Amino acid sequence: MAKNLPNITLEVTIMGIELITEPLQYSFILRALVICVLVGVMCPFLGAFVINREMGFMGDALAHSVLPGMVVAYSVGFSPIIGATPNAIIVALAIGFIVKKTKLSNDTSIGIIFSTLFSIGLITISFLGGTTINVEDILLGEVLSTTTTDVFVTTLLTIFLLIVMIILYKPMIFTGFDFEGAKVAGIPSEKLDYLLLVLLSIVIVITLQVIGVILVIGMLITPAAASSMIAKRFPQIIIIGIAFGVFSSVLGLYLSYYFNLPSGPSIALVSSSIFGLSLIKKWITR
Amino acid sequence: MTNEITKNYSIQVFDVCVEFENTLALDNVSFSVPKGVLTGVVGPNGGGKSTLFNSIAGLQKITHGKILINGISSKNIKGKISYVPQREQVNWRFPLSVKDVVSLGRIWRGNILQKFGFSDDQIIKDSLKKVDMWQYRKDLVNNLSGGQRQRTFIARALAQETEILLLDEAFSGVDVASQDGVIDILRNLKNEGKTILIATHDLNNLSERFDSVLCINRHICAHGDPEKVFTPEVLTELYGAHGEKFAEHNIGSHNNGD
Ligand SMILES: Nc1ncnc2c1ncn2[C@@H]1O[C@H](COP(=O)(O)OP(=O)(O)OP(=O)(O)O)[C@@H](O)[C@H]1O
Ligand SMILES: [Mg+2]
Repeated sequence: MAKNLPNITLEVTIMGIELITEPLQYSFILRALVICVLVGVMCPFLGAFVINREMGFMGDALAHSVLPGMVVAYSVGFSPIIGATPNAIIVALAIGFIVKKTKLSNDTSIGIIFSTLFSIGLITISFLGGTTINVEDILLGEVLSTTTTDVFVTTLLTIFLLIVMIILYKPMIFTGFDFEGAKVAGIPSEKLDYLLLVLLSIVIVITLQVIGVILVIGMLITPAAASSMIAKRFPQIIIIGIAFGVFSSVLGLYLSYYFNLPSGPSIALVSSSIFGLSLIKKWITR
Repeated sequence: MTNEITKNYSIQVFDVCVEFENTLALDNVSFSVPKGVLTGVVGPNGGGKSTLFNSIAGLQKITHGKILINGISSKNIKGKISYVPQREQVNWRFPLSVKDVVSLGRIWRGNILQKFGFSDDQIIKDSLKKVDMWQYRKDLVNNLSGGQRQRTFIARALAQETEILLLDEAFSGVDVASQDGVIDILRNLKNEGKTILIATHDLNNLSERFDSVLCINRHICAHGDPEKVFTPEVLTELYGAHGEKFAEHNIGSHNNGD
């Protein structure tokens, strides 16, 4: 096939392939790549629920609220993800409980919890001293510094998430669409709502490594939202969203490698660009 | 309204009270609905219709009394009732097609394969055809008219294969022609043996539509033949002084002979 093409095309192709393969000789890039792909799959999967149930602020709050757990784990020499996971689950359940039981509106109770925990995290950082903790990595994400343990934990968590989400996919949809109707049909809507929060908090934790506390929300909702500009039905939104998610995180990773950028913003900007293009496509095809 | 527990009744409600912080939404409500009857539930805003439906469906804890479904306590009857909520309670923006919504009715039903979402298509197709929504199966529910949404939910209830169907505010925002269409479907279902309760604010044509009418304003004001229940006293109890004005308009029937 290549024989009939002009030589220049061949060279460009080879150069392109090298651009992709060259970094793969480093094991830190391979580790980052695995985590990016997993994050790219799970974020839009959960994100499709988040955007259609208006839980975006909840997601953002959860991400900020795990700061104390991350900082503590980090300071005693563990991987931040190990501190963040239980922290996120506890906060998710607490937020779920408070939202259901108080008369305050959702965003008010979420806002209070989120600012409290984020402040505790920041104060812990300043107590523990800025030298031991790289605040920028935590806030903006540095996927290139992930360890083998991180890859291992992320893979396990992703498998767990996928299994639960596939088994409970339809009941989750029923609950999100018609909470009461689902309950009467024998589906434990309340428990599923709590479970969704727990799953969401796990996704947020694995995403934190890649994109950092501040930008998690971008990865969680942007690919799914971009996909919902193009696809109509929920299952299609998830599938196209996953394609967008994986593309954003992998391309963002390469950009971060080649241009020496923090991984979080570069991934977030790729996914925002995809959203922009989807939006334009929607306007044009209307 | 006997206190006897029998299997011939689909729904039996005994001395039910439901209390919210400082309102008594249901006050000693008792009635029974036999199998295969289409009942209209009428009453003023805040009269307790939704609270009653929620109690029957097991969504609302009752403060006092008991409710039996086919002779079994309503606490242990998961999945025996289909419930069509008041419109405002549904998240219409969720991007589901008509067929997607109906297929939700099959969750955890059927054989093992079907439980995991495989090939339950026949019953979904039949349900959609029964309510005349097959041609719209690919449309998003968010883009449907009020009447079409109601049909979609009825199809979901059919897919659930339950004997009892509760529709809260089935007709708010639905035009007369579409209302009649929905009623026709429900009458057919009733003829197949389903027990159906519909809350409605529309007092026209009650006797053409329903076998029986339940009038509720915190307590049961009347229950029975739509041609006979609307005495001036009942109307006053339901709607206050305005009720009496209705009385002159032959409520419930166009050929009120008695
Ligand atoms: N969750 C709740 N907490 C407090 N009070 C409630 C609650 N739900 C209902 N009520 C009260 O119970 C009473 C009955 O309300 P319900 O919604 O059952 O009436 P309804 O007949 O369905 O009215 P509508 O025709 O407006 O739908 C009202 O006074 C209402 O304010
Ligand atoms: Mg109501």
